[in-house]
Order: sequence, then structure tokens, then C-alpha cells
Amino acid sequence: MKQVYLDNASTTPVRQEVLDAMLPYFMDEFGNPSSIYPLGQSASDAVAQARQTIADLIGVKPTEIFFTSGGTEADNWAIKGYAHANKQRGRHIITSAIEHHAVLHTCQALEKDGFEVTYLPVNPDGLISVADFKAAIREDTILATIMFANNEIGTIEPIAELAAAAKERGVAFHTDAVQAFAHLPMNIGELGIDMLSASAHKLNGPKGVGLLYIRRGTKVDNLLDGGQQERGRRATTENVPGIIGFAKAVELAIGNLEAEYNRQLEIRDYAIRRILDEIPHAKLNGSWESRLANNINFSFEFIEGEGMLLQLAARGICTSSGSACTSGSLDPSHVLLAIGLPHEIAHGSLRISLGRDTTKEDIDFAIDSLKNTLQNLRSMSPLYEDYKNGHYAGIMDGYKNSGMANVN
Amino acid sequence: MAMNYSEKVMDHFTNPRNVGEIEGCSGCGTVGNAVCGDIMRIYLDIDDQNIIRDAKFKTFGCGAAIATSSMATELIKGKTVQQALEVTNKAVMDALDGLPPVKIHCSLLAEEAIHAALWDYAEKNGITIEGLEKPVSDISEHEHLEVVSDEEDL
Repeated sequence: MKQVYLDNASTTPVRQEVLDAMLPYFMDEFGNPSSIYPLGQSASDAVAQARQTIADLIGVKPTEIFFTSGGTEADNWAIKGYAHANKQRGRHIITSAIEHHAVLHTCQALEKDGFEVTYLPVNPDGLISVADFKAAIREDTILATIMFANNEIGTIEPIAELAAAAKERGVAFHTDAVQAFAHLPMNIGELGIDMLSASAHKLNGPKGVGLLYIRRGTKVDNLLDGGQQERGRRATTENVPGIIGFAKAVELAIGNLEAEYNRQLEIRDYAIRRILDEIPHAKLNGSWESRLANNINFSFEFIEGEGMLLQLAARGICTSSGSACTSGSLDPSHVLLAIGLPHEIAHGSLRISLGRDTTKEDIDFAIDSLKNTLQNLRSMSPLYEDYKNGHYAGIMDGYKNSGMANVN
Repeated sequence: MAMNYSEKVMDHFTNPRNVGEIEGCSGCGTVGNAVCGDIMRIYLDIDDQNIIRDAKFKTFGCGAAIATSSMATELIKGKTVQQALEVTNKAVMDALDGLPPVKIHCSLLAEEAIHAALWDYAEKNGITIEGLEKPVSDISEHEHLEVVSDEEDL
């Protein structure tokens, strides 16, 4: 069966060039970078080169890049490490209600440790207000952590403005850029942030490797104690093949960033328009203007997300949902609730995320299948029956009547 | 977490039996609510011998909700009202070769939907069905069913 992979915000396939770059470091150049003999030194040199490559591409110093096991570790390290290293200055942290769990649960863990956390709300597009952010800063605020772009609805946050507002008040600024790194043009050195998390497998690199950028002079406690790797900041023998692959993936992604961004943007907007034109009772979630080029997120009324995903999967289409039914919890996504969606339609959400292999044909196939799937599920939905009989008002109709944009 | 559905669940989800409505049905019951993400509605056609001649359903919900509705209607067709009352959530689950722990509430909802439809039938006909209590979950009440599971919370 034909398979169409449209879940690139979840993970991406490793590129051939990336795998080719990694392979020598498994068997031939397998040395430990901490070893003194040439085999170790060549591994050490390769890691140093990878660090330099990434640093040059994102406008920072190689000594400001620390490789980690992925985005989650980078988020944990940045937030816990900074909070504990600076708690004598204050114990207040600002974040948003729509962060990834790697940030939200880390903040909750700190709350148990006596820190106070403000979870900023977002507007219906998923945007954080700079004014709200400024107003939330207190005398004892030490750190703000706001995601660069949301993983579910693709909303890009005003990071430069938020970082500037934080800096003005002497608050350190961290951003979880896992979805945006090497997807959006950014010069991290000029962004005015103190820390940034990124992950390799979201940009056609390998799983199990990420990075934390720590601006020079930022005081952060270690998360992992042990050996002297990463200049004594993160113990554990370096994931040499992973780091090499990460650097190659960043190099390839940034080398072609603008062309790929524009290509995906065109497919994204084509898909959004097609869905709005052809599928009734559909709402685009998240901002259309300030949105990742690879993210499409819709709610469809009268149906529940898991059934939709399973039927799409049966047609060979890999997507994900804002419905937490797929994740073992029965509550809808915290992101969809934070943008104000009622539970009824938050349950019926679909995320399509494009990648470098996605074509317009893939999207056409997926949307055709989606139309059939929704028709099928709606035909067995008691809510749809009630709607047609005039016994249920329908939430989307209310949105349309109130003039909300991007609802059909 | 990927859902580990049995082949039978997938079969009943992909090719659900008895989807639809029954015009002028003998009894119809709706349970669950959209806020929780599950609504089941069961229609019954019951003859004067108290035998369920036909059963149809409409369900808003996940794969397990649709599969349990399909199986529940299959299990009660041809049964007497009294026999249908004995179709428990466990019977529905067993017939589907089990459900993931987090989806057990779907089988409870199916049992409850049968009861709601039977209650409606009893009310319409001014009769009492022995052992049938007023269904607990209604579309407008936003009640949550107790989930009976041996497993720890996931």
C-alpha cells in the first residue's frame, strides 16, 4: 500500500547524506573522543568540527553549543540548570500555557522544588502577547522560557520582542526551538536570547541527539554530573555518530532553507485553502500569518480525532491529532484548549506536518482521503444527525456567524 | 502511545455493523457527551414478543467507541429484552477480544446505551423491565462513568 508520511513535526527520516556522514563513526572511527591516541583524537576532531559547522551556520560561538540527547534534555537542562544556579536572585519563572511537555513538566517539577511559575495564556491564534509578558515580569523573576514555534498548531511566537523585554528587566530567556530550528531563518547570536534547545530528528537528522545553546556568561548548573565531556558541562561519552549526523543535517537544511521554506509554504497554503473550500465544518487552528511553513492543523466538527487518524492510517496516511485519545489520556490537547477550543471540537483535530519529501500529490491524496473519512465518520455521528435535524446548533456555525476567520 | 487494538476491534471499527437509524423505533437511547469525546445512540426495533428484531447505532467517538457500539448491537439482535439486559460491558469486551485499559469506558458506555434504549422502550410502553435501572449517563448531564479496570492509571 502507498504510504504518505505527513507527520514530520513528530519525526523525519534521516537523509542519505546524513547517514553516509555518520556511518564511518560506528565501526572505523569508533574511538572515544576523550582518549589520547589518534583513534580518539580523530573522533574528538570530528565532534569539534561538527560543533564549529553548526555554530557558524547559526551565528554563535562553538563554545556556546552543548550537545545533548535531544530536545527534552536540552529543555530540562536549560530550565532546571538556570533556575537552580540563580535561585538566590529569585524563584519566579515565566512560561506559556502552550509549551511542549518537556518544558511544562519541567516547570511543574520546579514548582515542587519551591519555584513559582506563571503560565501565560495565548490568544485564539496561539500568540503570546508581549504586553502580557512584560506585565508578568516581577522583581523575583529569573527566567522566561517561551517556545519559538508551537509543535501542534505551528504558531510562531514573537521571540525577538519577548527576549528584548526579558533582557530589559534582567530576566534570562530560553526558547524551545525544536520545531523552528533550521526550518526558519534565524541568527541565534543576534536574536537576543540566552538559551535555545534544538533536536536533530526534526530536521532529517538522527534521533537521540540535540543541542542546548548557552550564551557565554549564562550561569547554568549541570544536569548530568560525571566526566569532563562538553567542557565539563555535560558528562557522558559523546554520541559521535549522532553529532556528526546532526551537523550534516543542519548544514543541508540551512543550505537550502529559503527554497525549501517557500516550497513548503506553497503546499501548506494550497492544502489549507483546499480544506476550507471543500470540507464543511472545518476550522484552521493557529495563526495563518505567523505559522511554520510545514504545519497544518484543523478541527472538524461532529467527529472524534482517533477514529479519523485510524481511518487515514488504513488508507496509508500518517498524521497525528490534537486528541489525546492517541496518547493514552482522555483529555484533549492542552494547546487546543489554551487557544479556546471547546472540548467538543478539540477532540476532532488533525495535524498534518510537511517535510522535504512531501509533494502536492501527497497532499491531494491525503485531502481526498480525508474527505471520504470525514463523510464516513459523520454519517455515523449522532451529533451530525442532531445538527441536520436542527437539534444541535453546531459550534462551527457559531464561529462563522461571529465572523471568525478561517472557518468553514 | 499507539493503541493496541485487537483484530476484532479493528474489524468492527473499519466495517461497523448496524450503523444507522430506525424510523419509528421502539426505543432509542443516547449516552455520553461531546465534551468527554464519546456519544453513543442506540435504536431498537422490538416486536410484541419482546424480541429485538433490529438494532442500529450512531456513535461519535474513538475507534473503540465505534467498535463497541457495533459489537453491542450485534450481540443484542434477536435477543429478548431480558437477554439484552444481560449483555454487560464485559460481554462486549470479550466479544471484541479485549480493549486497551484506557478504552474500557467505551464498553461501559455501550452497555449504558443499550440500557438507555430499553428504558425509552419501557417508558413508551408504560412497562417495567425487571432489573433495569434508569440510565446514569445522558447527553445533557456531563456525567463521567466510573471506569472499572484492574490496571493502574496510565
